[in-house]
This record gives sequence, C-alpha cells and structure tokens, in this order.
Amino acid sequence: MSLHDLIGNSAAPGGETTVFAQPWQAEAFAMVVALHERGLFSWAEWAQALSSQLKQSDELEDPSDYYQCWLAALESLITEKKVAPKADIDLLTRAWQRAALATPHGQPIRLENDPDRV
Amino acid sequence: MPHDHDDHHHDNELDPMAARVRALETILTEKGLIDPLAIDAIVETYETKIGPRNGAKVVAKAWSDPEFSDWLQRDATAAIASLGFTGRQGEHMQAVFNTADTHNLVVCTLCSCYPWSVLGLPPVWYKSPPYRSQAVIDPRGVLAEFDLVLPQTTQIRVWDSTAELRYLVVPLRPEGSDDLNDEQLAALVTRDSMIGTGLPLTPGHT
Repeated sequence: MSLHDLIGNSAAPGGETTVFAQPWQAEAFAMVVALHERGLFSWAEWAQALSSQLKQSDELEDPSDYYQCWLAALESLITEKKVAPKADIDLLTRAWQRAALATPHGQPIRLENDPDRV
Repeated sequence: MPHDHDDHHHDNELDPMAARVRALETILTEKGLIDPLAIDAIVETYETKIGPRNGAKVVAKAWSDPEFSDWLQRDATAAIASLGFTGRQGEHMQAVFNTADTHNLVVCTLCSCYPWSVLGLPPVWYKSPPYRSQAVIDPRGVLAEFDLVLPQTTQIRVWDSTAELRYLVVPLRPEGSDDLNDEQLAALVTRDSMIGTGLPLTPGHT
C-alpha cells in the first residue's frame, strides 16, 4: 500500500482515529505495556525486538500486519526470558482454537471448552 | 456472508492471531505476570483517555505562555509532566520548535517510537515502511503526500525517535490567533502538526 493510500485511510487531520482494528491487537498492545511496567524487559529491549520483527517483514501490505509483528516481538521476548517455551504457546493456541469451535454460538469462549483438555 | 461449507460453529472460530493472544494471556496470567483487569484498564486508557488533545494543550500553552515555552524548550519531559502527561516507558521528551525558516518532521525509522503520552498511539501511516524509509531520504516528497508544500527556502529537519527519546513538534502559532484563549488555541493544533506532516488550522477554519 502506498503512503498516499495509508494517509487517506486515516481519519481527517486532527481527528481521533480508531486505535485498534481488532480486539486482539489491543490486548497484545496492553500486555507489552503491562510486562514492561512489571520489569520483564526494558523499553529499549522492546523497541529492539519490535524493530527486528518489522525488518523481517519489510513489506507490510496490510497495515494490520503491524500488530502481527508486535505479537511476534512479544512472543520472542517471552521465550527469550524463559517465561514459557514456544511449544507451550503453540499447544495452548491450538487448545484455544478447539475451545472456540466447541463453544456454542453466542456464548463466551472458555479454555475449559476444549474437548481435548486433559 | 457467503459461507457454503457446512460448519455450524464458524462464528466462534478464533483466527490464529486472536488465539495466540489468548494463549499468551493464559500463560502470563497463570504465572502471575499480568492481571487481566489491568490489561483491560490499559486498553481503555489508550482507546479513550490518551490522544493528540493532550499534545494540543501543551502546544497551546507554549504559544500563550513564554515562560512555559522556555521550559518546554529546555526540559520538555518536566514541562509536559507539569500538565499531567507522563510517559510510562521512562522516555525523555524533546520539543522541537518550528521557526520561520525551519520545519521539523518526526519519524521512527527503526520501528514506531512515538510520544504516546501526548499524541496517543501512532496513526497507521507513521508505522508504515514507506513513511519510515522515505522521511529521512526525501522529506519534501513525503510532505507532498500530505499536501504540505513548504517554500524551498524552508529547511526541513528530520528527527529520528528512539525508545529513550521522543519528539513533539511545536508548530508556529497561526496568524490571526492573538485573541484566542488556550482552549481555542488547542483546537487549532492538529495531530499531524505535532508530527510535522501538517500545519495547525487557521482561526475561522475549525
């Protein structure tokens, strides 16, 4: 997407823009702020992790990809700081997806709804 | 929505990103590293309480109060904090003042460092590769994309933000704004004018 299109897509000058396109982006954002405040990493470490992810995906065709980089950077710090190994995150991600599929429409998705939960 | 496959549960499908975020939240909550209520509070703050109106108040005060303007120039972090806007990342602020012959433009070439406490979260274009890569190389070309054409005699200074140091552009006070109070002045200050990709509004055009 060209710079001109991106500018056109944002709100009128001075207007408040929608901050997050999807709820998960807001949650990923807030987790980074919270973990930094707790001292899990310095803000310089964070900036480095994020810029490294952004560099890897040098073509951000879809602006929402920015938060994919944000999430990948968060994950890289979580594994680096030995909070949890990637395998655990992968397993839990699939568990959440199974739980979602097993949850009747209109009800909140809970991890307990995962039919393969042990 | 045209879905012709026989899947009664598709409304509850979590896309891979959303599922990953939930997985991380589960792990971090179990380990006591985050509190889901605190996460909600942070989201609410950034969605509703922090935004460019904060920065506009800083600029308006700098326009109307020479002493504050001096302070802002010497120690922007403290001057801005005196209005109740403090960064959560321990970053320092620097205010860069436009003059008759110098225009300031802010970018973060590495990622998306941005003065959250005074401008909220950055717009999509600020985080985009074209802006990050072109602002330093071709600032005039970038400004033209924003329909901002400055005289050739105006020097453009580009400031590259870092995790430790963020910049706020203080644009020139618009002509014809002498009789306005701080609140009316703040209404002239656009987000883009504090990044350097725009100019403040002129009185009568708000």
